[in-house]
Amino acid sequence: MTQGTILLDPTSEKAGGMRKPKAPPPSLDGLTVGFLDISKPQGDLFLDRLEALFGERQIRVKRFAKLTSAKKASEEVIADIAGNCDVVVEALAD
Amino acid sequence: MNLPDDGLILVVKEDCATCQMIAPLAAELEQQGLLKVTFSQDNPAFPEGVSVEDDRELETSFRLDTEIVPLLIRRKEGKEEGRVVGWHRDEWQNLTGLNDLGGDLPDQRPGCGSLSVSPGMAEELQARFGETGLNAREVSVDYPDDPMEQMFDRGWTDGLPVVPPTPARVLRMLQGTRRKPEDVMGAIPPSGEICTVEKAAINAVMAGCRPEYFPVVLAALDAAMDPEFAWQGLMSTTMGAGVCVVVNGPIARRIGMNHQHGALGHGNRANATIARALQLLVINLGGALPGGTDRSTHGHPGKFGMAFAEDETDEAWQPLAQSRGVAPGKSAVTVFGFCGTSINNTETVRDAETLTDSLSMCLNALYHPQHAEGGIAGMLVLSGEYWRIYKEAGWDRGRIEETLLRQTQRTAAGVEAGETTYATEGDLVPKFGPGDLVLVRTGSNAGLFSTIIHGWGSGPRGSQPVTREIVP
Repeated sequence: MTQGTILLDPTSEKAGGMRKPKAPPPSLDGLTVGFLDISKPQGDLFLDRLEALFGERQIRVKRFAKLTSAKKASEEVIADIAGNCDVVVEALAD
Repeated sequence: MNLPDDGLILVVKEDCATCQMIAPLAAELEQQGLLKVTFSQDNPAFPEGVSVEDDRELETSFRLDTEIVPLLIRRKEGKEEGRVVGWHRDEWQNLTGLNDLGGDLPDQRPGCGSLSVSPGMAEELQARFGETGLNAREVSVDYPDDPMEQMFDRGWTDGLPVVPPTPARVLRMLQGTRRKPEDVMGAIPPSGEICTVEKAAINAVMAGCRPEYFPVVLAALDAAMDPEFAWQGLMSTTMGAGVCVVVNGPIARRIGMNHQHGALGHGNRANATIARALQLLVINLGGALPGGTDRSTHGHPGKFGMAFAEDETDEAWQPLAQSRGVAPGKSAVTVFGFCGTSINNTETVRDAETLTDSLSMCLNALYHPQHAEGGIAGMLVLSGEYWRIYKEAGWDRGRIEETLLRQTQRTAAGVEAGETTYATEGDLVPKFGPGDLVLVRTGSNAGLFSTIIHGWGSGPRGSQPVTREIVP
């Protein structure tokens, strides 16, 4: 009994790609910051406070929200963030 | 496979009385120069006095599409001209051109099954020598490496051992469906990788499913992929949700699913493996692991996969699938996102009204006694004894559900106080939203308690149960 065994790969057969995170900008001056509220309770409190603090520093903020935390953000929201924001703050809370 | 372009070839096995009977004819045909080669499936020394090719690997038998031995084939100019299986004197004489062949033998005698088509062998041979039609990457585990350990090392398991998905086993699994291996089922969360029927079959093998379970797995997979089920959220939530699969209809009996003692627990292969196949897909195709994209704070044992059949032995009980629009006599699955189970224990109860009071108190505690106004789901699993009480009182599914929904209403003040007893007047607040309370009947007939399966966030903003008819 010296035979090997052939197994069929149960995975997607794609190597897990590792992408380096985008380098943080040295400054938020002149940039648009997207705020994504994932619709968890109290996430809006955090983002409201953060928006006020950003406002004091004249940083432009654009607000987005998922319909529900249980499901993925819509393609429209993702495209809007990707097309119109330079950095994103995603708020989880409870 | 080297075959003579012209002449006769014979396939036999020693363990076949008919092959033993015609063995002298093989020698006679070879002496006359008609029989060019004989392939023996089990003993290269059989038949005696004949030039035998060893076909214990069964490659030639497979390539000649051998179903019965003895098999006599006549070839001319590299092509098969005709074949005879078993012993039929007239046919043998016609094929050989010898009118006096086998005169001392009976007119006919049936042959024996070829070893190449013995149970389980056909797929083994197809995997080794044929076109499988499979596209998955083959991973070779060399001797003496242990495939079981390799699968753990590669991260292909849910923490329990899995069945090695060899090509033959996957081919056998695919026999369980009429769908083609390349058919696309959809995207598996969270990675969104596309799941084909073949990938589903590989993971079903690993889960321990038998081929006859596979239509149930595919229907459950199809249901789980419905956006209303919100599988992405279920598999990633901190609440540690899993997929519960309820099976209805004739297929549940056919594949031997348990709807009696311990139906929600261990001990039955179909119950234990059908939902496990879905969870393995989430791991292997979806890439979800605890601490990775599966953010379960605790998780629960049901995340290994939980499936059970509903008890449909009493016609007075409307099965879940029928209550959700599936025609009687059809088989169906219903998937339900769940976060664990608890017991309602009221062993002194004897009447429907008291029982409903008791159940409504437990249901009002679901998630938290102060939680109300919908947004959560629960599945009430009625045991045999609870159902008997309701049935004797003349209650059916509709009345039980309607009463429980009414008796899980409380006043806003009652909710705020965390009371579990219900109210009948005032500013009433429901515990459950529409469709959030699911009733099923399973379990043994002994035991005055029932199980409550805790759902997850429900309604359009969460996960809703999804039902699919099972098709071959």
